[in-house]
Amino acid sequence: MITMEKTLLDLEPGMQGTIARFIGNPGFVRKLRTIGIREGKNLTVVTRHPLGGPVVIEVDGREVTLGRGMAVRVVVDVAA
Amino acid sequence: MKTVVLMGNPNVGKSGIFSRLTGTRVITSNYAGTTVDVSRGKMRLPDGPAAVIDAPGTYSLTPTNPAEEVAAEILGEADVVVNVVDSTNLERNLYLTLETLERGVPAAVALNLWDEAGHQGITIDVAGLERLLGVPVVPTVGLSGQGIRELVERLGEARPSATIQPMSEEERWVAVGRITGEVQTIAHRHPTLADRLSEASIRPTSGLFIALAVIAAAFLAVRWIGEGLISYVFEPLFDLYTPIAMRASDLLGPGILHEILIGHLIDGEIDYVQSMGLLTTGLFVPFAMILPYIVAFYLVLSILEDTGYLPRLATLADTFFHRLGMHGYGIIPVFLGFGCNVPGALATRVLETKKQRFIAATLMSLAIPCMAQIAMVFGVLGPFGLHYVVMVFVTLALVYVGAGLILNRVVPGECPEIFLEIPPYRAPDLRATATKTWMRVRGFLGEAIPYLFLGILLVNLLYSVGFLDLLAAAFAPVIEAWLGLPAGAAVALLVGFLRKDLAVGMLVPLGMSPEQLVIAVTMLTIYFPCVATFVVLLRELGARGMLAAAGVMVTTALLVGGALRVILIGF
Ligand SMILES: Nc1nc2c(ncn2[C@@H]2O[C@H](COP(=O)(O)OP(=O)(O)OP(=O)(O)O)[C@@H](O)[C@H]2O)c(=O)[nH]1
Ligand SMILES: [Mg+2]
Repeated sequence: MITMEKTLLDLEPGMQGTIARFIGNPGFVRKLRTIGIREGKNLTVVTRHPLGGPVVIEVDGREVTLGRGMAVRVVVDVAA
Repeated sequence: MKTVVLMGNPNVGKSGIFSRLTGTRVITSNYAGTTVDVSRGKMRLPDGPAAVIDAPGTYSLTPTNPAEEVAAEILGEADVVVNVVDSTNLERNLYLTLETLERGVPAAVALNLWDEAGHQGITIDVAGLERLLGVPVVPTVGLSGQGIRELVERLGEARPSATIQPMSEEERWVAVGRITGEVQTIAHRHPTLADRLSEASIRPTSGLFIALAVIAAAFLAVRWIGEGLISYVFEPLFDLYTPIAMRASDLLGPGILHEILIGHLIDGEIDYVQSMGLLTTGLFVPFAMILPYIVAFYLVLSILEDTGYLPRLATLADTFFHRLGMHGYGIIPVFLGFGCNVPGALATRVLETKKQRFIAATLMSLAIPCMAQIAMVFGVLGPFGLHYVVMVFVTLALVYVGAGLILNRVVPGECPEIFLEIPPYRAPDLRATATKTWMRVRGFLGEAIPYLFLGILLVNLLYSVGFLDLLAAAFAPVIEAWLGLPAGAAVALLVGFLRKDLAVGMLVPLGMSPEQLVIAVTMLTIYFPCVATFVVLLRELGARGMLAAAGVMVTTALLVGGALRVILIGF
């Protein structure tokens, strides 16, 4: 399967992807991983709120809300 | 004596297990960050009594907010750790488990929420996990108490893990993946109704409609339950009590004792709001005017908390709260603050930075009246027409937003974005809801009644020595000229520092117009927190932070009060 890299923020609601890597310092990476957002996990975008609002994703059956500034630093592989 | 510390991720059921272990009730709710401070209790271990500490939840031992700092710090006090783990989310929870075990502290693992794991088709090989972790592992259901006895028995076996050695962060993640893969199997499961509802309540458009419906329903429920309790329970009780109080009044005859116990009669009758006696106003205000709404509010709040709706509301409100220098989780202090500002002030600890906490605490003190005060506002202003009550709340809402917009610009510091776990929807447990409501109502009775009595006593005493007239005269320029209120309102503002509900009641005998009452009641909310809240704020913000917050409060009060006066009364 051909995949391409996108940031989480580029994914439209309903789209799925596999978490590839994070752009940020170790503290940021730890914060994401310890809440369950880890490399290799599949995620689904539940919604993206308008006016610069947060993104909600689902990983392992759990929903997590994160701000756009964080979402843009999560790199995801999606089926091209 | 040994110290047992409960450690675990947020919202995994630590506080529930704490209550089971110690018999000491603490607040549990279905969202991350319910516990923001340590609670201490006692239990019996197989080898004698032990102290138990319930810590706030944390994802790792590297804290990201003050609540998590408390958790990481408290680990140092532990002789034994009970690591509470969410069985439905083993992989994520194991990171903290490994970090804790690497410290070499004797530990046991409670696989909590075992019932939910079963429902979700998740099975965990308990013996296998025990072998891999090298410490006792016990499945538990905090809600029902299942597994708690075994947990206590096996705490005797708690020892430092022989299998888990200190490792690097990357190694730890590898270990987490390996252990989870070995012990956990997950059956495929189809989306449930709860999943669909969860998504609907989190999407912008459907979520907004659901939020409006929930808030309207909550508001109506509080009014309906509160009014029901008043007209069917408390007023009939006071109808029975009045002849007794009148008898007491006759027996006492005029004099200082009558003044203190019964207060002054109005047209020869007891007036429960205005008489200001300990056995008249002192009983009627807390029991017949406030308590019914406190019960109603906490019942509704418990349901909102235990279903897991609040983090969804936080997600929806995030964009808005971001403009005010916080993020969506800033609604938690608001909701708790409507009950009582003290837990509201503590709940600001769920926010990450000093700036966010300062803004959240200051805005709450400015514009979130507690339920006791709200009940009195409805009681005092309601008879003049509901639109006067609306004026007060619209003004306060504008103050919250306006001050937030300004503070976001002028307060230095960072505003990190929202980062929040959405818990699964759960049907509130009837017993748990009732217990939590009762705990909070008892808290109100324990705090409010003594302060109310003290307040009434103080007012009576200070009046009789003439101090309050002096005070009224001193503040007359501000109160009369600037706010357009009678000088006596200064006394109410002073009493407001003790109890705001009582202060609202004290406005009644001043014979003000409804417009003046609107101004006075709004001032009473904005100008300063009550003493109980003040003490907590001082601790949370520090002396300098509190001074800055107080400056904001007094300035806002004067500006808003002056503006209201011009709008409502004219020059
Ligand atoms: N079904 C089920 N629900 C549980 C169980 N244990 C706790 N709960 C519920 O899970 C929610 C969280 O429980 P708490 O005890 O507040 O969790 P906590 O770990 O103290 O949370 P924080 O203080 O926020 O870190 C509450 O709504 C509990 O009623 C359990 O074993 N089964
Ligand atoms: Mg707790």
